[in-house]
Amino acid sequence: MADVLPSAELAVARSRSQSPAARRAHGLLPKLGLAVYLLALMLPIYWLVSMSLRSNEDIMSTLAFWPHHPSLQKYYYILNDSTWVHAFGVSLTYVALNTVISVTAALPAAYAFNRFHFIGDKYLFFWLLSNLMAPAAVYAMPFFNFYYAIGLFDTVWAVALAHCLFNVPVAVWILEGFVAGVPREIDEMAAIDGYSFPRFFIRIFLPLIANGVGVTAFFCFMFSWVEQLLATTLTATDALPFAAVMSRSYSVSGMDWSLLAAAGVLTMIPGAIVIWFVRNHIAKGFALGRV
Amino acid sequence: MEKPLNNRAWLMVAPVFVLVLFSALLPMMTVVNYSLQDSMGQNQFFWNGDGWFRDLLNPSTEIGARFQDALSKNLSFSLVALLIEVPLGIAVALTLPRGGRAVGPLLVIIALPMLIPWNVIGTMWQIFSRADIGLFGAALTGLGLHYNVTQNAISAWCTIVVIDVWHWTPLVILLTYAGLRAIPDAFYQAARIDAASRWATFFNIELPKLQKVLVIVVLLRFMQTFMIYTEPFVVTGGGPGSATTFLSIDLVKIALGQVDLGPAAAMSLVYNLITLTICWIFFTIMTQLDRRRYA
Amino acid sequence: MARITLEGIAHSYPRSPTMALHPINHVWEQGRAYALLGPSGCGKTTLLNIISGLILPSQGRVLFDGKDVTQLPTEQRNIAQVFQFPVIYDTMTVGENLAFPLKNRRVERAAIKARVAEIADLLDLTNELPRRARALTVEAKQKVSLGRGLVRADVAAMLFDEPLTVIDPALKWHLRSKLKAVHRALDLLMIYVTHDQVEALTFADEVVVMKDGRVLQVASPAQLFERPEHTFVGYFIGSPGMNLIAAKVSDHVAHVSGHDIELGARYPKIRNGEAVIGFRPDFASLAPEGGIPVQVRRVEDLGRRRLARVALGPHEIFANVPEGVSIGGGQAGLTIQQDRLFVYVDDELVLGDRR
Repeated sequence: MADVLPSAELAVARSRSQSPAARRAHGLLPKLGLAVYLLALMLPIYWLVSMSLRSNEDIMSTLAFWPHHPSLQKYYYILNDSTWVHAFGVSLTYVALNTVISVTAALPAAYAFNRFHFIGDKYLFFWLLSNLMAPAAVYAMPFFNFYYAIGLFDTVWAVALAHCLFNVPVAVWILEGFVAGVPREIDEMAAIDGYSFPRFFIRIFLPLIANGVGVTAFFCFMFSWVEQLLATTLTATDALPFAAVMSRSYSVSGMDWSLLAAAGVLTMIPGAIVIWFVRNHIAKGFALGRV
Repeated sequence: MEKPLNNRAWLMVAPVFVLVLFSALLPMMTVVNYSLQDSMGQNQFFWNGDGWFRDLLNPSTEIGARFQDALSKNLSFSLVALLIEVPLGIAVALTLPRGGRAVGPLLVIIALPMLIPWNVIGTMWQIFSRADIGLFGAALTGLGLHYNVTQNAISAWCTIVVIDVWHWTPLVILLTYAGLRAIPDAFYQAARIDAASRWATFFNIELPKLQKVLVIVVLLRFMQTFMIYTEPFVVTGGGPGSATTFLSIDLVKIALGQVDLGPAAAMSLVYNLITLTICWIFFTIMTQLDRRRYA
Repeated sequence: MARITLEGIAHSYPRSPTMALHPINHVWEQGRAYALLGPSGCGKTTLLNIISGLILPSQGRVLFDGKDVTQLPTEQRNIAQVFQFPVIYDTMTVGENLAFPLKNRRVERAAIKARVAEIADLLDLTNELPRRARALTVEAKQKVSLGRGLVRADVAAMLFDEPLTVIDPALKWHLRSKLKAVHRALDLLMIYVTHDQVEALTFADEVVVMKDGRVLQVASPAQLFERPEHTFVGYFIGSPGMNLIAAKVSDHVAHVSGHDIELGARYPKIRNGEAVIGFRPDFASLAPEGGIPVQVRRVEDLGRRRLARVALGPHEIFANVPEGVSIGGGQAGLTIQQDRLFVYVDDELVLGDRR
């Protein structure tokens, strides 16, 4: 391949070689639009953070743009309250369990879908896809009965397994896109070199799609972390996720807004941390590896 | 691309198959079971055939009317949301830089709304839209509008639309951005050499190359709006009245609230069938697009 | 029409410490066909993009017919470029594709139609005009890309960035001859970037050989073959390339592995006498006896000629086996044509006194 111009350099070069007028028109308006969008995006989040730092009396009495007497009181309360801490722990647990299960099961399947042709493969793939679109509401009742019947009701396992409904298809779909990016010659060379399939898969293939596995794990984490309908339906007391605890945050004088806000802000943190690690591959992952 | 026929690949697919079987198929069996029966309570069931289904699809029955109402609300919501989110998302994606160090952090910020648990989004907007403690609510009433989420049906409906746009436009942006990045630079260079205007470049190069991504985007967004539950539930509870009672909310109300298993099961099946059909349509469109590309 | 002048053009990419291009001065005469030849990373695409205006060079000026265009953007430079893969507008027909550059420049409809027809005829695309461009074969699509560049009558130069990369090998010659036909018909300045020497040597009037951001030699294909001014040029061009052997050169003799080779010219004092002598297999022949004694390793019959791989001490040498001469394994005698035997110091050609 000839020396290819890196796209960033080209962008710089392009902008530098434009006439000043053109540069202004092309540069300013889009940037302004982007800034407006980002502002609109951050505003509700900012508002929530602001709420979390104010007391309920303060919130109900004035509409302030920023907290005048910020206090981390509610945060301390949450982090020291066993119900809340347990709830966060429960949520993190079933999300982690689900991610591991989904990704592990999806890896061989993604490989099979991409490399092989087998009876019913198109139908199976379509069925998987359709489960991605399954309305959780439709499954709330059947899951309730099902997990009660097998004795897993009100455990992290119930939620972890229930979330497989949509997360396994997500994992297969994204991973399949990344598997497609590995040339088949590599498989053939490994076979010629005498690798057994399990050895080849673990020592050669997996490192090549390490990015893809990371992105997939991120998405499984994300979709499981945000889903609350099934999580609250399938739990009662022992395995309450934070959403259930949040919906019970009443104080004597009505909704405890600042407590809710603080809890809300805390729930954003795991997501933000996880996405930071895969930020460079995010665009490709969102395109489900296929673009 | 020729793929070797290997039925032993089923072994590799088996874990996924089993998992999804238990998550999807078996529970659906119980639903099918309930949808064909009626109950006098106390675990006594008798056969009802397609009775529930006929009731459901008959707008003159109570359940039929309710179903139609929720369905039409959901469809119009999906349409409006799509009409706003897709152009907006594409527009924002076009403004993002094509490379450089700002891209990573920008994408993370843009993706933030999607990382927030849905009940928290509901809570966030519940606060934000109140006229007394929220900026949004205060601003709108300050402008003189009759804005009240809990009492005004239009306010409630519009707010849900705004929430959904806020929440999910990032998905459109990120998918579109990925699609744009996949276009080789040479096309942009050729467009410059051909003295094409920005619009001409968009219509003749970017939009055609985004076809497949846009189909996926529309599919995902339509399906997600079609099964929306948590956000409207937290913010409006389905009200005022039944103004924001979308399909999922109604279904859960019937199923878990009133313990009317028969109608709820029938509704579940029809609901599921609709989503399956739409899914199949999109799947067909996507494979057609693929086939056309390689023609 | 234009002659393009590069004055002190040099470039290094932002955030990169090395120079992608070392200072170059060159004049591209109008109406001639040039090839930019070199391995990956030699800077040829960078140079091409500086000429087309896609890159602003770190140093130097670009002049079109004496006018400084360095700051002008691509669309104001009247150049056209063909890329490695066909760049066509999917949604348009072939005719619409060809008309696009003219439409954007607000040429009137009748003129567009006439010009499109003219170019389509030149490229054998007349029958494809109403078809959707994306339905064509790869070669036809590349022709459409080419056509979009040619359709502008005022285009000053056509630039090609490895345009045959994705073309089926069996059809490369067809496109190449089309390019030559276009060149003759339209008398355009054409600059063709490639790493394939066959393409360069068959297409160009003059070849610019580059390596590591430097221009090593600018000459006609024949001159590059007969008188390479740099060891890389000797090695890169020709199949196989030039034989390059380390030797100790003093006056008119080169000492290699205990043998003395007569150079046919007197060379000035070379530091340590360390140099490299070079000669092409085409100008070295083997005989059963006479000349420099070498060990024969292998003789390959290539149809048109026989190529022998021989060893002089530790050095491996390719040489021609003339017709009618029979060489077995074992010893043979190597004779090198003296006026094609060159001496290189630090990779550069050193001239000797042939009096």
